[in-house]
Amino acid sequence: MLSISGIDEGYVIDHIQAGKSMDIYKYLKLDKLDCQVAIIKNASSSKMGKKDIIKIQGKMDLNLDILGFVDDNITVNIIEGGKIVKKENLTLPQTVTNVIRCKNPRCISSIEQELPQIFKLTDKNTRTYRCVYCEEKFH
Amino acid sequence: MKHLISPLDLSVEETEEILTLAEDIARDPKKYSHVCDGKKLATLFYEPSTRTRLSFEAAMLNLGGSVLGFASGDNSSAAKGESVADTIRVISCYADIAAMRHPKEGAALVAALHSSIPVINAGDGGHQHPTQTLTDLLTIHSLKGRLDHLTIGLCGDLKFGRTVHSLISALVRYTGIRFVLISPEELRVPAYIRKEVLQKNTIAFTETENLEEAMPELDILYMTRVQKERFFNEEDYIRLKDKYILDTAKMKLAKDDMLVLHPLPRVNEISVEVDKDPRAAYFRQAQFGVYARMALIMKFLEVEAC
Repeated sequence: MLSISGIDEGYVIDHIQAGKSMDIYKYLKLDKLDCQVAIIKNASSSKMGKKDIIKIQGKMDLNLDILGFVDDNITVNIIEGGKIVKKENLTLPQTVTNVIRCKNPRCISSIEQELPQIFKLTDKNTRTYRCVYCEEKFH
Repeated sequence: MKHLISPLDLSVEETEEILTLAEDIARDPKKYSHVCDGKKLATLFYEPSTRTRLSFEAAMLNLGGSVLGFASGDNSSAAKGESVADTIRVISCYADIAAMRHPKEGAALVAALHSSIPVINAGDGGHQHPTQTLTDLLTIHSLKGRLDHLTIGLCGDLKFGRTVHSLISALVRYTGIRFVLISPEELRVPAYIRKEVLQKNTIAFTETENLEEAMPELDILYMTRVQKERFFNEEDYIRLKDKYILDTAKMKLAKDDMLVLHPLPRVNEISVEVDKDPRAAYFRQAQFGVYARMALIMKFLEVEAC
């Protein structure tokens, strides 16, 4: 069995749907960090069967909106002195900025590259996000 | 300051106010001929649309104001690579209000976000064209006396026709509205309009391919053109473009007080023989378009008749 040690200070992003950890790695720009980052894929889970986990050793400005957008069932544990000091509950964010790009070739954002890529939550039940400019649904 | 990007930016009450003002303008245009003296409208047309541009310009001139602008992106700073945001910041120094037409969806919203003057969307690609919707509502309201308890037939290209989608979205806010959606299978109203607009608002609607059968029950028939530029395949366009042609024989099946509307330009979907029929309202609709834009400009510039 693969063993990854605990962390003293940082974050454990748990209950990630199996296979989604690399999306989070990309959206949170974890590749830019100097600190240790562990990605655990397909860990066994009694609740989910399989899950992914990300452990980040060190403090950073963690964008919870991005995590909520990917999956609001994710849990975020904040670790200090080797212990969990806080658990963050995630919600679906109302807007997501500069995380995903509009794929509609007819959208103004396709030709004006400097525009921020903003998506709004338009239906909570179906978790539908639409581009604020052209209203195209994000798939 | 207000902008108009989508028809639903105006509440039912605000729409009502604009329609009431437009109807008063239609009754007595002279009363309003100097309310915009000294004011300037910028028409920023990144793609040609002579009809809409001239309607806006006529509206401002009728109010005593003046107009400036460009009629295609090739003649503007956009050809040099200037962004919409920068253009509107500069135009805000030159004019009091702007009407913008752009081939890309969402361009008018970008302008509104960076503008210090009111921006009216005069069409952003296949997305929104709110002043056409206002025009349609004004035509129906003026000629029928109401916007509720109507059976409205929409015929032709219901898939790509943005005027149809906007009109449906605006009309579902009134009571007793029923739609008959007449189109070939390939050009049916998109699923999101059926689910997110019609079914969500529990609006009665039927879908049919048969215009003749639908005619007797309609209060309004809104004809649309099958647009060549929407098709990748010329064969499909040729096959579908002549599917519905409104002629005097079909008009005989309709109620005596039914109205025929069309956003224009038409190609052949309404036979010219129908033009003489008093129920043909599409040229009057173009006139109502000027009144609707006059009322909108007045509201946004916060000017009133003395």
